Amino acid sequence: MSENPEPVRYVAKNMRLDLRLIAEMIAPGSRVLDIGCGDGQLIDELSRQRDCDARGIEIDMAEVTRTVARGLPVMHGDADSDLSHYPDRAFDYVVLSRTLQAVEQPRAVLRQMLRISERAIVSFPNFGHWKVRLQLLWSGRMPMTEVWARPWHETPNIHPCTIRDFFMLCAEEGYAVERWMAIDEAGRKSPWRRFSGLANLFGEQALFMLRRA
Amino acid sequence: MRTLTMGLSQYPNRPHVQSEPHSADPRWLLRHPASLYASLTMDTSQLPDVTHQKVTFADGLTLDCGMTLPQLTVAYRSYGTLNAQASNAILICHALTGDQYVAETHPVTGKGPWWDMMVGPGRPVDTDVYFVICANVLGGCMGSTGPSDIREDGRHWGMEFPPITIRDMVRAQKRLVEHLGITRLFAVIGGSMGGMQVLEWAATYPAMVFAAVPIATAATHSAQNIAFNEVGRQAVFADPDFAGGQYYTTGRIPAGGLAVARMVAHITYLSEQALSRKFGRKLQTGRASALFGDMFQVESYLQHQGSTFVRRFDANSYLSITRAMDYFDLAAEHDNDLSRAFAGTRTRFCVISFSSDWLFPTAESRVIARALNRAAANVSFVEVTSDKGHDAFLLDEPDLYRIVSGFLAGCAQHAGLT
Repeated sequence: MSENPEPVRYVAKNMRLDLRLIAEMIAPGSRVLDIGCGDGQLIDELSRQRDCDARGIEIDMAEVTRTVARGLPVMHGDADSDLSHYPDRAFDYVVLSRTLQAVEQPRAVLRQMLRISERAIVSFPNFGHWKVRLQLLWSGRMPMTEVWARPWHETPNIHPCTIRDFFMLCAEEGYAVERWMAIDEAGRKSPWRRFSGLANLFGEQALFMLRRA
Repeated sequence: MRTLTMGLSQYPNRPHVQSEPHSADPRWLLRHPASLYASLTMDTSQLPDVTHQKVTFADGLTLDCGMTLPQLTVAYRSYGTLNAQASNAILICHALTGDQYVAETHPVTGKGPWWDMMVGPGRPVDTDVYFVICANVLGGCMGSTGPSDIREDGRHWGMEFPPITIRDMVRAQKRLVEHLGITRLFAVIGGSMGGMQVLEWAATYPAMVFAAVPIATAATHSAQNIAFNEVGRQAVFADPDFAGGQYYTTGRIPAGGLAVARMVAHITYLSEQALSRKFGRKLQTGRASALFGDMFQVESYLQHQGSTFVRRFDANSYLSITRAMDYFDLAAEHDNDLSRAFAGTRTRFCVISFSSDWLFPTAESRVIARALNRAAANVSFVEVTSDKGHDAFLLDEPDLYRIVSGFLAGCAQHAGLT
C-alpha cells in the first residue's frame, strides 16, 4: 500500500468502454437518468449522439460543478436518498454504473430505480472473479485486485456481490433480466455469455439491463 | 393611540423619545456619540434626484391583496440587442435592496455595476450575445411604482401602499417584458429575493421561461428570516423621524432606523468566517480610550453600511419589500406541495447555493431541487463552496460564474440560439 493513497472515491470512474456498452443499450430519444454520473461522459454522449434527455446525479460536488459548467444537467445527490423524489416512470432508463456495491441499501435503490424508470441498467464489479476467490482462499485476507483496489477499512464498496448473487436478487425481487454480460476491467465483453457460472468465475465486471416483470 | 398597519400584520405604536433620556435609561445608547440615531439626522434634500428610464401602464395592476394600483410604472434598464426573433432576452431579478442598474455605474451612488462579474460584455450573462433586462421591483424606490409615489389624492402612499407580494413583482415585470415585444424569456436569473422572483416566474408563467437560475434563495421565507426582517422594520418604526411613514413632507427621513435595519440585515449576509477574516477583533483606532470610545472595525464597517444605505433607499420601500419576502411561500400557493408549482414544466433549472450561506442555506435550495425532481423537471443543482456567506452570489466566486456560463451555453444549444 502506498504512503499517500488516493482520496477515497465513491466509485471508480475509469469506464469509457463500459459506458460505451451502456450507451449502445439505450434507444435514441429516451429519457435517461445516470446515477453517479461522474464527469458526465455518458449523459454527454447520450444527449449529443442519441438525442436523449439525459440527466445525472453525482455525489462529488467538484464533479457536479465541472459537469454543470459544461452545460450538462447534473444534480448534487446520491442514490440512497435522492431517487425517492422522482415520480413513477419519469425515465425510460436509469443507469447505475459501478455504484451499486457502494450504496447503503442496494435492494432499496434497485426498487427505486425500477419505480422511476421502465428499465434499469446496472453494472458492478464481480466479487466472484477467480482472482478474488483465490486470494481469499490463499492468503485468508480480504482480496485486493485491480478492481477491488482499496483495503477493507477504506473501501467505499460496502456491498460487494457476485454475478450469481445478483441473479438471485433479481429473481427474489421479480425483475426480468433483459440483457446481461460479463466484461473485463477495460470494459470489453467477455465470452461467457451463455454460461453464467463461468461468467461468475471469469468476469471482472457485470452489466445488466433489468425491467419490471 | 395610533396603530400602524402593514398588510396582514399589526405593529405596535412606535416609541416616542419625548425627553433627553436619563442615564439609567438603556436608551442612552441611542444618544451616544457612536449612535447612528444621533449622527444620522438627515434631511431629504441630501437625496439625489435622478430620472430613471421607465414605462407606465395606465391600466394599472391588480395585486394579490385584491387592490388595484391605478397605474403601474416599471423602471428598467436594458443592455445588448434583442434579436429578430426576440429569443435572446434574459431577465435579471434584483434582490431586496438592489435595483435595475445591474451592469452600469449607479446614477445615485456613483458605484460600479452591482453584478459586474455576472452581467456585461464577455461575462456569463454576455450582453454581446443576450438582450439583458433588469427592472426595479414593484414597491422599490428607483423609479418603479412604490410607497414613495404620490397618489391621486396628492399624498404620498407611505405605509398605505398596498401590501405587495413576490408574484405582484413578477406580474409587473411581465408587463414590461411584453411591452418590449418578448413572448418568451431565454432565461430568468436572480439571487436571494431575485431568486424568489425567478421561482415565481417559472411557476406563474412557465411558457415564458426557457431557463431559470434561482441562486441563494428559498421557496419559502423561513421564520428566522422573517424574524430578522422584523427587527429591521421595528428599528425603522422606532425612529422619531419615521412619522408614521409620512416623512416625505417633513424634510427629514428615518435615517437612523433604516441604517440600523440595514446593519442587522448586513450581518445576515455575511458568514462568521468572513467577518473574522475581514475584521477579527481589530479596533478602528490604535489609541486606548474610555468604554465605547474605541470602535471595533466591524462596528465601523456596519455603521458605514448603514449610513450609505439610507442615502439611496426609501424606508417605506424597505418595509414593503421585506414584507413581500416574508409573505413568499410558493408551496402554499400550490396546495402546500412545491412540486405542483412546477407541474409539467419544460423550463430548465439551475439551482445554486453557497456552503456558508446561513440566511438561505443549501438545505432550502435542496428543497427546491427535490420539488423539481418530483415534477420531473430538468434540474441542475450545485452548492458552491464558499466562506463568504449569503453575499457570495455577488462576489468573486469563480465557480458560480463558470456554472452560470456553462448552464446558459447548454441551454442556448437546446433553444437553438447557437
